Formats: sequence, C-alpha cells, structure tokens
Amino acid sequence: MTLTLGHFLSLGAMLFALSVVGIFLNRRNLIVLLMAIELMLLAVNTNFVAFSHYLHDMHGQIFVFFILTVAAAESAIGLAILVLLFRNKSSISVDELNTLKG
Amino acid sequence: MNVTTGLFYVFSAVLLFAAFRVITARNPVHAALYLVLTFFQASMIWMLLKAEFLSITLVLVYVGAVMVLFLFVVMMMDINVENLRVGFWKHFPLAAIVGVVIALEMAAVLMGGFRLVDDPNAVNAVAEGSNAKELGKLLFTQYLVQLEVAAAILLVAMIAAIALTLRARKDSKYVSPGDQVRVRSADRMTLVKMDATKAAVAPVVEDLEPKA
Repeated sequence: MTLTLGHFLSLGAMLFALSVVGIFLNRRNLIVLLMAIELMLLAVNTNFVAFSHYLHDMHGQIFVFFILTVAAAESAIGLAILVLLFRNKSSISVDELNTLKG
Repeated sequence: MNVTTGLFYVFSAVLLFAAFRVITARNPVHAALYLVLTFFQASMIWMLLKAEFLSITLVLVYVGAVMVLFLFVVMMMDINVENLRVGFWKHFPLAAIVGVVIALEMAAVLMGGFRLVDDPNAVNAVAEGSNAKELGKLLFTQYLVQLEVAAAILLVAMIAAIALTLRARKDSKYVSPGDQVRVRSADRMTLVKMDATKAAVAPVVEDLEPKA
C-alpha cells in the first residue's frame, strides 16, 4: 500500500477538524485560540505541500512560503495585543472583551 | 507497505496526538510545548513530501521563533487557568460532534477522490535536484513583487508589535532637542512691567467673636 494524495489530504482534514474542536472548547482562553489558529494554518499548508508534490507544481510551495510569512506576522501582532490586554485587564478571558459592546 | 508509508503513519499519529493535547492541555505552557511537537511532526511529513526547504523553515521559523515568542508571553502572564476552563466540558459534546463530522466527511471524500500516487518513472521537477534552488528561482523571478510585499508585511508587523507594547516612562524629565534649536532670545526671558513697591494693604480685621 503506497501513499496517495488522499492520505495527506485526510491528515490535513483531521488536523483542521481538531483545531476547530479546539476553538469550540477553549472559548475563553485567548492563548489557546491563537494556537488553534496556528494549527489550522498548518493543516492548510500540509495540503498545499501535498498537492505541490503530487501535481509536480512548485507554485504550491511558494504559497506555503507566503502563508508562513503572514502567519508569523499575525501571531506577533496577536501576542502583542494579548500582552496589552493582560496589562489592562489582568485577564485574558474572551468574556471580558466587551468594552466595544454598545 | 514500505518505509515511507510506515513513517507517514507514525508521524501522523504523533501529530494528531500532539494536536489533541494542544487543545485539551490544562496548562498553557504544556499546550505551547505540545504545539512545538506538532510543528516538528508536520515538518517531518513535509520532508516525506520532499519539500526540504519549507520543512526546515517550519522548524527554524515556527519552533525557533514563533513558539519561543508564545512561551515568553505565556510565562510572562500570571493566568488563572481554572477561571479560563469554565464551560470547557459543557461545549465538549457539540465540539466533538462537529469535529468528527468534519473529519469523517472530508476523509471519505478525499480518500476516494484523490488516488494520485507517486509515479517513479515520471520526471518530477519538484522532487529532482535542490528544492531550495527551485523555490529560489521562482521567488526571485516570478514572485519578486510578492516577496517584497511579504517583507513589508513583516516590517509592519514588527513596528506594530513594538508600538503596541511600548510603554514610555511618564515620570522621566527630558529636554526636547527641537525646542532647544528653535529657541530665540526673546523666548528665554520675559520682562514684566510692575511697580517697584506696592502700597500696603490695610489688614482685614476678622470678627473675633465666635459664631453662634
């Protein structure tokens, strides 16, 4: 039994589903929410790399490269906002983020 | 079942276990460490797909930089973990159902529909030769503009992260160099016209009797 493209895509799907479950479960913990988003991006990137390998197309890997860049920027800004939030509220619970609620 | 297939199953099992621990770990530090393990397994799986450059980048950038940043932030904060886990198991049944449905449906479609296998006789330009070289050729010719945009995004992210978390001291006294340069002699001293002596003011006699 050799590896098919479906194996890698299924792995990506399972990882994506796990991170969706993680977002459901950790609705209050902002840090774990950020980690779940990173997991989702990882699942998507795995799909890109798998397609790139099996379709002999390098452009998929270029796309992964740019996703990695944007994800790094996103997590840097997200963590900065998190630090700011903790400094002001002494908590990272999502429930306390209601300052903008009318 | 050859070696690659066996390795794929091992890496996938560890990957899924680590991802599961990330979302269920009680301590955020443990979650971050399991996320490191997840990225490492994913990098190994990318290595199986002959994407060496990206897999090494994943380890260097994610494990080396982003996850260390996560760990710094997690350890810097004094988080009440128990408070954050209220309602954790209340959402579990719904979350499990949604997750299982997503995973099963996608796996059913993907395993049936994508039967592509590696053809050993085909000339695979992606897998042949240096992966980094091919990637670099594309990045610096066809995707040059996008590369510059990515660099600009990283710069903006860096400035934004610094600007968000920078806390200037409010009690420090300093002299503004701009004001020093722009000062004129008229600003240094102000002449006030006033009498040399003032007429004495008659003292106000207070009512010494206590008020009723």
